[in-house]
Amino acid sequence: MAQGVLVVAEQVGGAFRKIAYEAVSEGRRVADTLGESLTGVVLGSGIEAIAPELGKYGADKVLVGDDPALADYTTDAYANVVCDIVRECDPKVLLLGASMGGKDLSARVAAHLDTGLAMDCVSLRVDGDALIATRPMFGGKVLAEVSVQGTPQIAAIRPNVMEVVEAERAADVEKISVNIGVVKTKLLEKRVETAAKMDLTEADIIVSGGRGMGGPDFSLLEELAEVLGGTVGASRSAVDEGWRPQSDQVGQTGKVVSPSLYIACGISGAIQHLAGMGTSKYIVAINKDPEAPIFKKADYGIVEDLFNVVPALTAQFRKLER
Amino acid sequence: MEIVVLLKQVPDTETLIQIAEDRTSIKTQDVKWVMNPYDEFAVEEALRIKEAQGGKVTILSVGPERAVEAIRTALAMGADEGILIDDPSTEGGDALGTAKVLAQALKETPHNLIVAGQRAVDDDGYQVPAAVAALLGIPQVSMVIKEEVREGKIICERTIEGGTLVVEAELPALFTTQKGINEPRYASLPGIMKAKKKPLAKKNLDDLGLDPSEVGQGGAKCRVMTLSLPSERSPGKIVDGETPEAKAAELVRLLREEAKII
Repeated sequence: MAQGVLVVAEQVGGAFRKIAYEAVSEGRRVADTLGESLTGVVLGSGIEAIAPELGKYGADKVLVGDDPALADYTTDAYANVVCDIVRECDPKVLLLGASMGGKDLSARVAAHLDTGLAMDCVSLRVDGDALIATRPMFGGKVLAEVSVQGTPQIAAIRPNVMEVVEAERAADVEKISVNIGVVKTKLLEKRVETAAKMDLTEADIIVSGGRGMGGPDFSLLEELAEVLGGTVGASRSAVDEGWRPQSDQVGQTGKVVSPSLYIACGISGAIQHLAGMGTSKYIVAINKDPEAPIFKKADYGIVEDLFNVVPALTAQFRKLER
Repeated sequence: MEIVVLLKQVPDTETLIQIAEDRTSIKTQDVKWVMNPYDEFAVEEALRIKEAQGGKVTILSVGPERAVEAIRTALAMGADEGILIDDPSTEGGDALGTAKVLAQALKETPHNLIVAGQRAVDDDGYQVPAAVAALLGIPQVSMVIKEEVREGKIICERTIEGGTLVVEAELPALFTTQKGINEPRYASLPGIMKAKKKPLAKKNLDDLGLDPSEVGQGGAKCRVMTLSLPSERSPGKIVDGETPEAKAAELVRLLREEAKII
């Protein structure tokens, strides 16, 4: 009979990503509710040394697939290995992070195992034996509560939403042999954009600019983001104007983000933008138009030309830093 | 090159979504239905590959009768034919069920390449294309912003957090399109006229030899129990001050002392 909770913990370049800790922490919570044990899975090459870290967040056991063939993520190799581990361990619940890689990994795994998957979940609960997940739909305009069936019940959790909780224990680390199976994809090249720029989906603070920026010069926002340790985003109009790359777009046709603080500068607040950032913990809106819809969603609003306020804000935060 | 585009008709992103009385679906009256925005990139990319290499572009969709309109739009852009799997039993199914229907239809449709939008903006499931590729046993590359087909392979640039991967996959393969890959064309008036005469086949689960209990509501392994609207954010404070500097200072104070996040 299926038992236990299995969590695939994502690592990049030999370091766990934040979503890995979030997934393991959430896995611990689900395992406790079910009265089951929690097993973490780490896949990669030269990553054995980091495996015990998962114990800090509550993993009872960590399975390590350390193999040169897993050095680079490819969907088919990773999916084949995860499926093998699931067949071997027969867990009740399988959790993954819904990062860009985790999304296609979880979808492929669920299809191979012919079981239920709730994608991009913002909360999980257990009702009897059933895993119930809450996931945004329509870019966050609607929240769906879904029940996941099958064995295992799979949920991919949205980055930056679940709390990281320490639950120290000495995890039992076990090295496993992996067989990547039939693989029809190959990584040719890896390009890191700007090492310093954190992805919007993982950022704790986002400073976004819209049409009110008036042009491609976002240096004021970059300075503010820098002093806050945040990252810069953009509205659809700013991206459509060619002022910012597509990877910066927040909204229903861009990235859905949930930082602790979202500062919207010169963004009017079109419904599809609001859908993409509405789950931010705090929203600040800076816009010279007092009628801009963004003010209805903002915790704090400043009716003022952003070109006057943003530098003043940067200066204020700089003062605090000292 | 035989190219199949997986297409979905969805509510326009400007639509105000309202929840229906059954609390598991949305109200469909007053909804403006459009082709999923990410699928527009998929159709465009398929057409560009066909224009460069020759071949045929087939549009494949699962949906009710109204989805014909989205397929016709793709045909007007230049696709060659359409297939709509229209069967009431598919309603209430999950992503895996939809993928099973599409995969079955694809087994009867020649294909070297399958193209789909990276996600549908209604369910935000990110799941159907990957599941279709898994069921067909073919490779997939997600979130592609550039691709090149050559010598039985496709080389794709895929976006990931903070970077780009260049991935090669053997054909037949599936890839999903991300915004930025191209600028979708508008259907021309002659294109719209021609689209009316292009073949559009309709099939149901029986035609595909599929059992409704496998792929419809009965077979769903991820079921919507309830839909709700996210709690409204209570209207916030307008930060006052004589000068921009004073407003900035007050905001910083509020973020530190009231919100306690800085």
